[in-house]
Amino acid sequence: MTRTWAGRIGFYTLIAVLLAFFTIPLLWLAAAPFTSDPSYEVRMPDFTFENFQTIIEHPYALWSLVNSLILAIGTALLVVVLSALAAYALSRVRIPGRDALLYALLLLSSIITGTAAMVPLFQLAIELNLIDSHTGLILIMTGGLLPAAIFMIKDFMDATPKSYEESARVFGASPLQIVRHVVTPVVRPGLATIAVWTIANVWGNFLMPFLLLSDVEKQPAAVIMYTLYTEGGQANLKVLSTFGLLYSVPVVLMYLFVSKKYGFRFHGGIKR
Amino acid sequence: MAQVTSPPEPAEVVSPAPARRYSSDAAGLGRLRAGAFVAPALALIAVFLVFPALWVIYLGLTNYRLTGVAAAEPQFVGLDNFVKALTDPEFWDSTWLTFQFVLGSAVIGQVVLGFTLAWMLKDRRGTLKSVVEGLVILAWILPSAVVSFLWVALLDRDAGTLNALLGIPGFAWLLDYPMLSIIIFNTWRGTAFSMMLYGAALGNVPPSHLESARLAGASGWQQLRDVVFPHIRGHILTNLLLISLWTFNDFSPFLLTAGGPDGKSEVLAVHVYKVALQNGDLGYGAAISTVILLINLVVAVFYLRLLRSKK
Repeated sequence: MTRTWAGRIGFYTLIAVLLAFFTIPLLWLAAAPFTSDPSYEVRMPDFTFENFQTIIEHPYALWSLVNSLILAIGTALLVVVLSALAAYALSRVRIPGRDALLYALLLLSSIITGTAAMVPLFQLAIELNLIDSHTGLILIMTGGLLPAAIFMIKDFMDATPKSYEESARVFGASPLQIVRHVVTPVVRPGLATIAVWTIANVWGNFLMPFLLLSDVEKQPAAVIMYTLYTEGGQANLKVLSTFGLLYSVPVVLMYLFVSKKYGFRFHGGIKR
Repeated sequence: MAQVTSPPEPAEVVSPAPARRYSSDAAGLGRLRAGAFVAPALALIAVFLVFPALWVIYLGLTNYRLTGVAAAEPQFVGLDNFVKALTDPEFWDSTWLTFQFVLGSAVIGQVVLGFTLAWMLKDRRGTLKSVVEGLVILAWILPSAVVSFLWVALLDRDAGTLNALLGIPGFAWLLDYPMLSIIIFNTWRGTAFSMMLYGAALGNVPPSHLESARLAGASGWQQLRDVVFPHIRGHILTNLLLISLWTFNDFSPFLLTAGGPDGKSEVLAVHVYKVALQNGDLGYGAAISTVILLINLVVAVFYLRLLRSKK
């Protein structure tokens, strides 16, 4: 009996310590935006909303969120459409060397990281005149995310029964019509997964926009956030705290949406 | 109308020949159209992923610079950059720091913490489990620029919450213990992945095996070693390889310490950035990137072979 009591006390102590470790760094983000005169220390907020006023007046803050949105949506559209087409073809047709191709794709996407490729990507962007261009950044990030996306979506395609496509074909549908009206609705959860995964990746990506966008009006929230706390004397904590919160909320909402709707399913490479 | 409700039957009649040729080409795509479907994706991957990886190898063999004469007419210098790296103490310092970072925050921090959490929450349902898991996952999904600043605030010398809690105002974590700071930061940041992977793995351990071990009087540690560990060995290896690869390539230490003070937390990812893009030595930076690429390749090949042998 004493042993189980000791065990219980040990369990709850350890859980409390771990809970504190994971909670304490986050408290500031929850408290400071609603405190009138925030400092680095976490204090009980007095629930003011006037800090959000400073965000509206800030010249770049809100636009950077729009830029993040443009980059995220643009990349997600490209990744979803291109990976779905490629994965469908690879799932249904035995193209010569298909398995080797998939193996190579998986290998490439895991070794060519932003860190390893920052020098050539920077130079490539200069040569192709893609510096300070949202389109250029979207293309670069799409290239990096596509291999893993093709891999994930192909799983969904492989698991789809072929009888629907066969019957649609019997009634005279063309391959493109079949993909659009038969396959797409069936694999919609897979497409949604890829879209959310891409948006989350791009929304949080710091290195690529930091390297390739020098025009402050084009920079996304990740870069503006970094600029806010590293440049120019005393950091404005009113702006930083509210901006940090506004920048984080979409990620949390998206996570809650995904885990509620599809369950948080485990994909090996969901994070890069 | 009967035909509409039972479509598979005519399908069998109509398409036996193509069905045999393309065993599963149900939409009648054919190789040509399939190629057209794959081409746009492959083109983007080729230009923005494969080409940079090959180009970095070439750049590493030149004296290319961001500005100046060597920017206009880069010269081929052979293996000079690699020789320079191997004899440069800064490169070795950075490699050693990277090793500490991967070992401390991924191999030890995230694995131990992730497994501990998964093991403790294994048989639980309800609020406690969802609160703990939710917070650990929150640390993982928030944007890196935000969490980095949260840690800057937490560790601040004069007004930071940590010093206030410990009662040691004026203790400069980021200046005096930069490596420890980024190791603990990255443990906090990345534990969620290991926790979820071990959570899934522990679900595969048959409860009856654990039950009989418990009845036979095995202690908690003995159960872990003799029953649980053999079942999840594959998961542990997968986990180790993936998080080592990610941590090795992680750029977020830059957001917390920018490699400083004095290069004391300058892991290779930050080192490449400083050498190539701040100092403008693109050729030398590319040579270090090539080394990173090779290390990634070794780890990834190891991982893929592991995946294959499982199947």
